Amino acid sequence: MKLAYWPGCVSRGFTPELHGSVAKVAPLLDLELVELDRASCCGAGVVAEHNQELVDSLNARTFAMAQAVDGAAGMMNICSTCQGAQSECQERLDASSEYRRGVNIHLKPENLSYERQDGWWNKNFMWLLVEEIGLDALRDKVKRPLEGLRIAPFYGCYVVRPTKRLGFADHPERDQYLDQIIEALGGEAVDYAGARKCCGFPVITMNRTTSLRQAGRHLADAIDAGADCLVTPCPLCHLNLDMQQPAAASFVERDLDVPVLHLPQMVGLALGLDPKELGMTKHVVSTKDVQRKIAQLAAAA
Amino acid sequence: MADYTLKIRRFDPESGEPAYWVDYGVELPPERSVLDGILQIKDREDASLAIRCSCRAAICGSCGVRINGKSALACNTRIGDAAERSRNGSITIEPMGNMPVVKDLITDMEAVHWKKVRRVVPWLLPAEDPPENSEYIVPAEAMLDVTQAMACIHCGVCVSACLSLEVDPEFIGPAALAKAYRFVGDPRDGEHEGRLRDLAADPHGIYDCTHCFACVEVCPKDVAPMDQIMRLRRRATGDHEIKDDNNGYGHEKAFVSLVEKYGTLHEAQLLPRSFGQGSLVRGQTEPGAVKQLVESLPTALRGLKSGKVSPKKALIHPKLPDQKQVRRIFKEIESKDERLELNLYIVGENAGDEEGAMAEGSGET
Repeated sequence: MKLAYWPGCVSRGFTPELHGSVAKVAPLLDLELVELDRASCCGAGVVAEHNQELVDSLNARTFAMAQAVDGAAGMMNICSTCQGAQSECQERLDASSEYRRGVNIHLKPENLSYERQDGWWNKNFMWLLVEEIGLDALRDKVKRPLEGLRIAPFYGCYVVRPTKRLGFADHPERDQYLDQIIEALGGEAVDYAGARKCCGFPVITMNRTTSLRQAGRHLADAIDAGADCLVTPCPLCHLNLDMQQPAAASFVERDLDVPVLHLPQMVGLALGLDPKELGMTKHVVSTKDVQRKIAQLAAAA
Repeated sequence: MADYTLKIRRFDPESGEPAYWVDYGVELPPERSVLDGILQIKDREDASLAIRCSCRAAICGSCGVRINGKSALACNTRIGDAAERSRNGSITIEPMGNMPVVKDLITDMEAVHWKKVRRVVPWLLPAEDPPENSEYIVPAEAMLDVTQAMACIHCGVCVSACLSLEVDPEFIGPAALAKAYRFVGDPRDGEHEGRLRDLAADPHGIYDCTHCFACVEVCPKDVAPMDQIMRLRRRATGDHEIKDDNNGYGHEKAFVSLVEKYGTLHEAQLLPRSFGQGSLVRGQTEPGAVKQLVESLPTALRGLKSGKVSPKKALIHPKLPDQKQVRRIFKEIESKDERLELNLYIVGENAGDEEGAMAEGSGET
């Protein structure tokens, strides 16, 4: 499947292991990715807070570039936050042809135009796995079932709320996909309170206490539920849950030491890739224990 | 008719016992409400079950509860839908979150919700005396922007769902902040800037919202409280240039200017930038910035140590092709006098392909 691919900012900045693992996993899933390297930041809610016309124009430009990719089935992103911010813009752009015309004026100098097209979509990797590739097809590709690995799903707000905007009418199980993927890969999905709550990242620079209490609480809940690791489709959640984890520990007054995987890393492990080539050595919280369990699985297979 | 199981969390403070769960069976057509189910239990099985309710039509806002963990009005949720979304067939019903429980499904609205609403001075502070023998007259369009905030029925469902409140009980919260916007967006109010300064300076104010959409998801009246909080921020930074101790102003300015300059965001530069465009050494920083810099250093060092970020990457922004186009779009839009905005609450979804659907400026000029 050919796809216009929007990697986002963070996957090429502070979580390079995410972008890298997508590059490794895509061919194994028969995905041909055409990277939108001229596209700009989705705004992550902050540009929207600043100026709506601006954020809608920037994302309309990204969509227009994706629509111009010849033969692409749609557009893929790998970040819950990109999905949420872009879906918000797309909702407005699709609602009014007059508004769309106003926004498209800014794209004209580049000969670009965003058109509302039934059937055109922008899906994050998690949605794509379930809806376009399918859990059965994914199961068939598994080389190394993640047996015995207890994985706590962490969805990220922007792919689960608001359900009205995020296509839950047509896909009511979108807030279950991460659990379903974990199980399709042979792992055990851990049930805990924080799976669909906020990681706290959006206020890390403005209110560190609120931010790290949130991250710390969800990590602690996952640990108490017996998780070996967490997995998330959102690199911003990853920053707060992994990179900030040592700091978060002091805000919940307990030890936290639980690795956090990016979704493509988890998929890659089950498809037989090596933890190192998936960038799992580049995490702040060591993934050693997960790697050890994976090595045992490989030995058993 | 269908049979449903309602698993209800009971609590009686006078008993001295902790809260406990009881399963009840009800018989109702699927299109009837969860509230109808609760009232049937009261009627047929246990009259001591406590719930607050009145209109049964999502107008009075009395029957807020959590159904299968999701905050909602019991009268506004179909029992058949709730059963479909339940685990193992039984519908769980709990009192609202983030507030004390008085008895069973009744929470103390005074302790949290009304106290917070009073915190934002929820009445008009007129700029001048009303005209003699008359009232204030404003054009109808000028009020469009606040109609969404005015739709609030103070049910507290957003307060119950708020994920910031869950970790910071002092957060002013979604309902009260939506109420604040109702006056900040009102052309008759004379204290826009004063209100915004107050809410921006409070560490539990507009910059304590984590942008999680929980309130937007649950509001039975589509008030979208988080959107109102974002409007408060937009006015605080854009219209009044309010520099706050929480560095909300600096964060927005830094974020937007980095995207303008480079097209994408470079986190390594976001933090130092958000301290201000001036020199850190000369003390030209935003308020609160030095404290944040010191606090964030260990995190930055961990990033370098884990091999995530190289020193080169931390200093040099990746150059993407054709970013002059992004700068051009910024320039075109930011030099306009009026904000072009589409408010779907006002124009309606999919109603927009008709003429006149666009609310130019939406009153936000």
